[in-house]
Amino acid sequence: MDKTVLLIMICAAATYATRIGGYLILSRFESVNHRLEAALEVVPIAILTALVAPSIVTHGPVESLSIFIGAIVAFRYSLMTSVACGLMALIIMRSFLV
Amino acid sequence: MNTRQLAAVTGSFSEIQDGVRGAMPILVAILPMATVFGAVAIEQGLSIAQVLLTSVSIYAVASQYVMVDLLGQGIPVWIIVMSVFAVNFRHVLYSAAIGKKMQSFTTVQKFMAFFLLADPQYAASEARAANKLLSPAYYFSYAAVVYITWLFFNAVGALFGSLIEDPEIYGIDFILPIYFTALVFGFRARTGFFPVLMVSAFVSMIVYFTVGSPWHITLGGAAGMLYAAASSSPAKVQGDG
Repeated sequence: MDKTVLLIMICAAATYATRIGGYLILSRFESVNHRLEAALEVVPIAILTALVAPSIVTHGPVESLSIFIGAIVAFRYSLMTSVACGLMALIIMRSFLV
Repeated sequence: MNTRQLAAVTGSFSEIQDGVRGAMPILVAILPMATVFGAVAIEQGLSIAQVLLTSVSIYAVASQYVMVDLLGQGIPVWIIVMSVFAVNFRHVLYSAAIGKKMQSFTTVQKFMAFFLLADPQYAASEARAANKLLSPAYYFSYAAVVYITWLFFNAVGALFGSLIEDPEIYGIDFILPIYFTALVFGFRARTGFFPVLMVSAFVSMIVYFTVGSPWHITLGGAAGMLYAAASSSPAKVQGDG
């Protein structure tokens, strides 16, 4: 097998291991402690926040502002509307301010 | 699970409809990302077949960028694999969290479902499970739309990559942070939403500027989870949604 193809396959296996790993580990236990339960309950909030947080400060003020606009809109409206508003704000601000 | 939820699962057609509809917002972000990835991978020396193999088998955009980038620099294979593993480590937490919400999946369905557990798939499934029983019909129809779009526009990028204009003009270089932020606020009713948000954001930024990427994702996330674990009490009923 070609070296690059082999590398791709190993990376695919490593990725699948992470995607099923948490489930396989947890399913070995009969019951889950309430603290672990609480920690798992906030995974979407904690990880997605950690994913985005640096981009608030590593880009320009226009980019940071568009994230905040998207977040404020998300309090009231759907995901699609919030993303559209954040994106529109970014495009408008970029074309006038930058 | 109650009878109403069971009835909802048997109504597969509406589940499929919801899954397809639910995937629509993320397509706006996936389309340019997939196209750019195809173009970049070709530029780094991969063949079209290798680009498609990468996307079919790995299906995790951030780590694919890392792999292709390091490959182009002639970095040793084991370092590339470790980097891909590090970038993808957050998925361990995804599978731990969503696994217990897959009660209506068969074992085979679970093994297939975890292969497709990308960021938007995870977030959409969590949001779905907060209101209804997460059904295989919803999960796999959402996944099919995202997966097929992803592969199709990879091919487009690989074939016509040289024609791509500057992505900054349309703001598409910054769709993902906006998208993830909007997703996060969809979970604001959960117990401890604001403190977890603050802790994760704070630790993520510190780690980003000290240890460096990609560890800010796992460590920032872990900090928020630790906060939630520490402030949990046995009697408290956890809010869902």
